[in-house]
Amino acid sequence: MILVVLENQRGKIHSFSREAVVAGQIFAKKYDEELCILCLGENVEVLKEEASEFESDKLLVAEHELISQYTSDGFSKALSEIIAQESPRFTIMGHTYIARDFLPRVSVKQDLPFIGDLTSVSFEDEKTIFCKQVFNAKFLTNIEMDPSIEKAILSFQSAAFDKDKIIKGSPKNIIDVKLNLKDSDVRITSEEAFKESDSDVDLSSANFIVSVGRGIESEDNIPMMEKFVENVGADLGSSRPVVDMGIMPKSRLVGSSGFTVSPDLYLAVGLSGAIQHVVAMKGSKKIMGINTDRDAPIFEIADYAVVGDLFEIIPELTKKLSDS
Amino acid sequence: MKIAVLTKAIPKVDSLKINSSETWIDDSNVKFVMNEHDTYALEEALLIKEELDNNSEVVAITMGAQKSSNQIISEALAKGADRGIIIENDTKITDPLVFAKIFSEQIREEKFDLIFCGLASYDLGSGQTSVLIGEILGMTTATFAIGTKIESSHIKVKKELESGYSQWIRMSLPASISIQSGLNNPRYPSLKGIMSAKSKEVKVKTIDSNFSEMQGFTKFFVPKNEKQTEYIEGDVEDVSNKIIDILKNELKLIA
Repeated sequence: MILVVLENQRGKIHSFSREAVVAGQIFAKKYDEELCILCLGENVEVLKEEASEFESDKLLVAEHELISQYTSDGFSKALSEIIAQESPRFTIMGHTYIARDFLPRVSVKQDLPFIGDLTSVSFEDEKTIFCKQVFNAKFLTNIEMDPSIEKAILSFQSAAFDKDKIIKGSPKNIIDVKLNLKDSDVRITSEEAFKESDSDVDLSSANFIVSVGRGIESEDNIPMMEKFVENVGADLGSSRPVVDMGIMPKSRLVGSSGFTVSPDLYLAVGLSGAIQHVVAMKGSKKIMGINTDRDAPIFEIADYAVVGDLFEIIPELTKKLSDS
Repeated sequence: MKIAVLTKAIPKVDSLKINSSETWIDDSNVKFVMNEHDTYALEEALLIKEELDNNSEVVAITMGAQKSSNQIISEALAKGADRGIIIENDTKITDPLVFAKIFSEQIREEKFDLIFCGLASYDLGSGQTSVLIGEILGMTTATFAIGTKIESSHIKVKKELESGYSQWIRMSLPASISIQSGLNNPRYPSLKGIMSAKSKEVKVKTIDSNFSEMQGFTKFFVPKNEKQTEYIEGDVEDVSNKIIDILKNELKLIA
């Protein structure tokens, strides 16, 4: 069996979950295994409705009052129980914050490898080769399971699979799962999620974004950028390290913890292109990078790679634009 | 309160190269620094100790080669950690679960109330260690912490969620928590700190258990460019003219 775990994101199915279903359909075919889709805990009705449109052999619905709201305690216990029962060859999820929060615990409970954060998979003869980024996206590494190990938990980065390739259809069976959870299993209580800033910055609909990375070095260089974006009519965005350094406000963060954007042009200035940033902007129609490092990861996804010093190029651009 | 900060030495060079066996980077001549996320974890632990002001203890722990481990543990002690533990290990472990099992076995007897760890390491970047260790040791776990508050036998953790959302959760101690960057301003070691670090206890442990790896890195490589990338190089004048030409004529973003 291949088990795909769907995730709720504020009342909707998480977009990574659709990609996980595509992964599941591919794995089920390659390994000639049954495909089973699991709606777990939070908001199962919505997930169930979504999943009823995907082709699968089995749709498992696991509801319990102790997992009606996500906690790592409840979810890890519940999924662990289901894995113990169903014994899936691969358990697959999108590499979301929640997956990262509780799948390692399932890995311990079931003594299964959790091979996470994967960008691709290839099937070669008898071997399945997984691939993930290391050293802040500078390199990729292949990962293989020890030949004696047959089962694993996997999580895939966004865009590892194309969500439009999902095979539509319906589940052959829908089964309600009985869970044996006790009050004492859950030692965590959660408050309501909230949005940190009530700023009116909305980069998600901007058509031209200029984002600064660590290369901007200091707060003192922000006015130079502000002048530039004003001249080209763009919105200013930021990478995580720049927010962490207090140079830019979090309300302008592009990344998995901030905005996901898809402008006509994304201009990344002094920004290396770590995965948390790239997942949120690679949907941009065109990408241009300005970086002194010819091997900067951002150039791998760029249409235009400007190799040079931002402190020379940006003022020159501003000058030329305001002259014309 | 007994707080462990798990940290890792990370190679720091401008241009990393893959080693000859293509299984790791060539780290024969590189400098090591404390993993950046861990500096926030250490700071958070020190802030809690200072706030509680009740003889709490912060213990910096690492597993790795002797020299780089000594270096980052000394740094942690200089910043204010009370003692250090080095789990000596020269072999590359790329199965996060094996790493966590060894680590857990070595620190189990310490019975920490809290374990802090950076969200992910710069090298492997699995981001699993704190959760795995927490589960192995029967602790509650949380990831992506961007704020903490101790409430007697509980800890409240402000978690970063996706897309700009946050959430407070309350969990019982003992707890193992991974710390997101940016939640505090990691301090620099003071001169006094550096001097006093020399007299602090550092326990060196050796690994006596053997766990077989269920997964492992098999081959490093440089990512292939997925796009037809046009490289624009040259002097500032030419580069700027070219960029303006693209903005104006190719993409029609400016008039």
